[in-house]
Amino acid sequence: MSKQILRAPIGQSAPRERARRFATGRGRYTDDAASLRGLHAAFVRSPIARGDILEIDCDAARDMDGVVAVLTHADIAGRYRPWRAGNALLPEMKAPEQHALPPSRVNYVGEPLAMVVATSRALAEDAAEQVFADIDPLDAVADIETALAPDSPLIHEDCGSNLCVSLTSGNGKFGADFEDADLVIEDTLDFGRHTACPLETRSMLAEYDPGSEVLTLRISHQCPHQLQAELAKILGLGQHRLRVISEDVGGAYGLKQQLYQEDVLVCLAAMQTGRPVRFVADRLEAFASDNHAREHRVSARIAVRKDGRITGFELDDLFPIGAYPQYPRTSLGEGNHVLRMSAAGYDIADFRSRLRLLFQNKALIGHYRSVGHPVACAITEHMVDRAAAALGLAPETIRLRNFLSDDSYPRETPTGVHLHYLSQHACLDRLLADMDIAALRSEQAKLRGQGICRGIGIASFVELTGTGNGFYGPGGIDVSGQDGCTLKMEPSGHVRCMPSVTDQGQGTDTGIAQIVASVLGLEVADIRVLSGDSEITPHGGGAWASRGISTGGEAAWQAAQTLREQLLLVAGHLHQRDPATLELTEGHVVDASGAQITTISEVAHICYFRHDLLPDDMPTELMVTRHAVPRAQLFQATNGIQAAYVEVDTDTGFTRLLGHWVVHDGGTLINPKLVEEQIRGGVVQGLGAALLEEIRYDEDGQLLTATMADYLVPMASDVPDIQVSHVTSGTAEGALGAKGVGEAGVAGASGAVLNAVNDALGPFGATVRQMPISPRTVLTALRAAAASATTPPFEDAP
Amino acid sequence: MSEPRQSVSLTVNEERHDVTVPNRKHLADILREDLGFTGVHVGCEHGVCGACTVRIDGAITRSCLVFGVQADGAEIETIEYLSAQSETRDLVDTFVAENALQCGFCTPGMVISAAALLAETPDPTREEVRAYLSGNYCRCTGYQAIVDAVMMTAAGRRAAKGERA
Repeated sequence: MSKQILRAPIGQSAPRERARRFATGRGRYTDDAASLRGLHAAFVRSPIARGDILEIDCDAARDMDGVVAVLTHADIAGRYRPWRAGNALLPEMKAPEQHALPPSRVNYVGEPLAMVVATSRALAEDAAEQVFADIDPLDAVADIETALAPDSPLIHEDCGSNLCVSLTSGNGKFGADFEDADLVIEDTLDFGRHTACPLETRSMLAEYDPGSEVLTLRISHQCPHQLQAELAKILGLGQHRLRVISEDVGGAYGLKQQLYQEDVLVCLAAMQTGRPVRFVADRLEAFASDNHAREHRVSARIAVRKDGRITGFELDDLFPIGAYPQYPRTSLGEGNHVLRMSAAGYDIADFRSRLRLLFQNKALIGHYRSVGHPVACAITEHMVDRAAAALGLAPETIRLRNFLSDDSYPRETPTGVHLHYLSQHACLDRLLADMDIAALRSEQAKLRGQGICRGIGIASFVELTGTGNGFYGPGGIDVSGQDGCTLKMEPSGHVRCMPSVTDQGQGTDTGIAQIVASVLGLEVADIRVLSGDSEITPHGGGAWASRGISTGGEAAWQAAQTLREQLLLVAGHLHQRDPATLELTEGHVVDASGAQITTISEVAHICYFRHDLLPDDMPTELMVTRHAVPRAQLFQATNGIQAAYVEVDTDTGFTRLLGHWVVHDGGTLINPKLVEEQIRGGVVQGLGAALLEEIRYDEDGQLLTATMADYLVPMASDVPDIQVSHVTSGTAEGALGAKGVGEAGVAGASGAVLNAVNDALGPFGATVRQMPISPRTVLTALRAAAASATTPPFEDAP
Repeated sequence: MSEPRQSVSLTVNEERHDVTVPNRKHLADILREDLGFTGVHVGCEHGVCGACTVRIDGAITRSCLVFGVQADGAEIETIEYLSAQSETRDLVDTFVAENALQCGFCTPGMVISAAALLAETPDPTREEVRAYLSGNYCRCTGYQAIVDAVMMTAAGRRAAKGERA
C-alpha cells in the first residue's frame, strides 16, 4: 500500500478540545474529583535544615477532632520499600537510601516528618501543629564552596563525601593548557535556584479497594506509567493492580515527573484506612518540598585565534543537587545536558568539561523544562560574546565563523551526541532579518547618545528532544523512551485514541488527533483522545524531553496507518478493487480518480456486524496498538536561536525587556499555533529565570522564599511580545519528521537576555555574571566597573 | 473542641445555597468543596496568583482572601456561569481560538479579569491589557496569546457595534 504524504489536518492550527473545557470551568484537575468519606492529609515538616530526630510525639494530635491517623517512620517501616536514586551505568555515583518518612535524620527544611490524616485539611493542619518533633540541630551544609572542604559535615555519612558524582567528557584533557590560541578568556557564571512553580500545586487522591486489591491514584503528574511502575515496586503491588490517573494537570514543566514521599504516603494511608486520602500541597509546602532546579556555578575558558576561530572550550560545572538525587531519574540529567549541549553547535577541536554534583541540606534539585539547556546556552554564548568583544567582532560574525558547517552532517559532537543536521546558519540569517539588526543597532547607538542604555543579545542553542532508551533503561531505571498509541474505531467510524504520551496543556492530544485524522481521512472532531490513565493507555514515557509528537505522534501515525490498511483491505474486498488503488478521504473510501466507493463508517460497521459478507480468513480488527522508540540515535537533536532587546536603567539597575525573537527548527509542524505558543511560554519561563526567579536559602539552610510574593514569576506586564519564526529541516528517523519543541523557548531566552544586558553595560566596562539579573546585580556590576576604571585590569579574568 | 461554624446564604450563579461552614473557611474552598464549583481554582491562597478570581456583587474578587461568612448574602458569579453568558461568550471563544491557555489552571480567573477589563475599557491598548492582567499569573502561555485574545475580542465588539449603528 502506498505511503501517504502528510496532508490536512496536519499543518493546520486546529483548536484544542481541552481548551474549550478549561475556558468554561470544566477542567478535571486532581483536586476536582469528589470522594465519599474522603480524608485529607497534612504533613509535619522539618523546620531546620539538618538534625537528628530524638522523638516525634503524636499523642496529642491523635486525640484531636477529626483525626483518623498520624503516621511517623515507626508506623510505616516495613510496609514499603525505601528507594535509592542511582544509575547502573555510573556505579560510582552515590545514591543514599531515601525513605517516605525519615528514620533518624532530617536533611532539609520542609522534609516531611509525620503525616496527619483527618476528615478535613483544616483539622489535619490543626493536629499537625500539635505533633511535637524533638530534633537536635546539626550544622547544615548550605554552601557550594565549602561542601567539599575536608572539615565539612557529611550529609550522608555512609557516602563518605558530599560529592555525589564527578564526570568529565569531551575530546580534550580537562585542565590542560590550550594549544593554538592567541587569546584565552576565563569567566564564571552563577545560575540561581529555580522552581517550575506550576499554578496547580502537587495534588493527589489515593483510593484502595481491598476487594480487588486495586490501588487507584489520581495525581497531577506527567508520567503515569513511570509512577505506576515505581509505586508497584515500593508498595509491593502488581503493576496491573495500580492505576495512575493524571487527567488534567495544571502545569508540570518537569516538576511533576518524579516520585515524591507524599505520593507513597497517601497510598499507604489509603491502604491503611480503607478510605480515599487526598493531599494538595499549599504554596508554602510547594516552595519547600517541590523539586527545585538549576543552580549552577559554571566556570569556563574559551580559546580563540585572532581570526575569530574558536579553538578550545573548557567548562567546569559545580551543581549542588540538594539532600538527595531525585527519584527515579536521578539529578544527573541536568548536569549531563550542560556537558553535552555546551558549545555543541560550534566546530571546536578541543572541548573538555567536568561536572560535579554536590549534596546540600536543601530541597532536592531535579528536572525543570529544558533540562540543562539554558545553562549550557548561557555559558557558551556568554563566552562567545566575550571572545567577540575581545577580538572586535560582531556577535553574529564570530558565530558564523564557528558554527558547524552545513555540509558536515551527519556528525557527532565531542561528547558523543549524534547530530543528523543543524540549521544554525539558516536560523541566524532569519533572526537577523526578523529583528532588523542594522536598524536596531542604529537606534541603540542613537539612544546611547541620549544617555539611554540599551543592549542587544543573541543566543544560539542546540536542543535534545524525543529521547529514546539509552540512559535510563540500561541504567536500571524504568523510564520509558518508547511511546505507544491505541486506536479503537467504533462501529460508527469514529475513533477513540489512547496515547501513552500525556498533555499538560501543550496540546499533544490535539496534535495526535490531527495525525490520526490525517491518515484516516477524518476530521479532528471524529477522534476522541483519552490520555493520562495507566489503565487504558499503552505503557510509555508520558511527557518528558519533548516527546509528545516526535515519539508519541510517530506511534499514532503507525497505528493509524495499520488501521487504514485494514479498512482498505475490507473495502477492497467488498467492492472488488485492489486496496492499493484506494484511499481514505473526507470520511469516504475513494478510488484513484477520487470517486467515492463507500463510507468509512459503512466499512467499520461491516467489520463489527457483517462477517457474513467477508471471507472467513479476512481480518476485521479495528483496534490497533503501535509503539515507537528512537533507535538510530539517543536524542533527536535540533537547534534554534533567540535575540533579546533590553533597556537597563543604570540608576536603579532595572532591566526592561523591549523585544524578543526566536527562530527554531521543529521539523514538520503538526499544529503551528500550538508550536508557537509552546515556544512563547517557554521563552517567558526563561525570561523569569533571567531577571526574576530565585529560591533563596540563608547560610543555615533556612528557606527564605516562601510565598509567590517572594518568588517572582513573570507577570503579563513584565514581558514583551515575542516573534517566533521557523526553519524546517529533516529528521533521521520517523515518517512525520517532527522534532520536539517544548524546550526551545526556555533554552535560549536567559542567555539572550544575559548577553543583551552585558551589551548594554559594555560602554561602562561592566559585566553581569549572575542570574537572575536583579537590580542589585546590575548596580553591583556597575560599581565594580567604576571602581576598577582607575586601575586597568591585569588580565581578562573575572 | 469542634470547629466554630456558621450558616451562610450565598447566591451563586443565580441559585441560592444555604450552607453551614467553619468560620475560618475561605469562600474559594466553600465554592469548590461544598457547592461543587470546581472552576474556581486555588493557586496560592494568599491573593497573589489570581486563579481563584470570581465576581462578588459584580466586582472581581480573590475568593481565597474572603471568608465564607463575609460573603453571607452576596451574589457570586463563577466561570461556570460567566462563560455561558452572552456578554462573555465571545471572549471565551476567542481564548480557545487563539490558544490563550495551555494547562488552563489560571484561565477561569484570567477570563473573569479580562471580562472586567473590557467592561471598563472597551478599547484598550496592549500595554493596558498587560497592566490590567498583571494580577493573574499564567505559567504556560507567556501571556501574548491572552493579550491577543483580549484585543481581538475588543475589536470584534467594536465591529459588531459599528454594524448595528
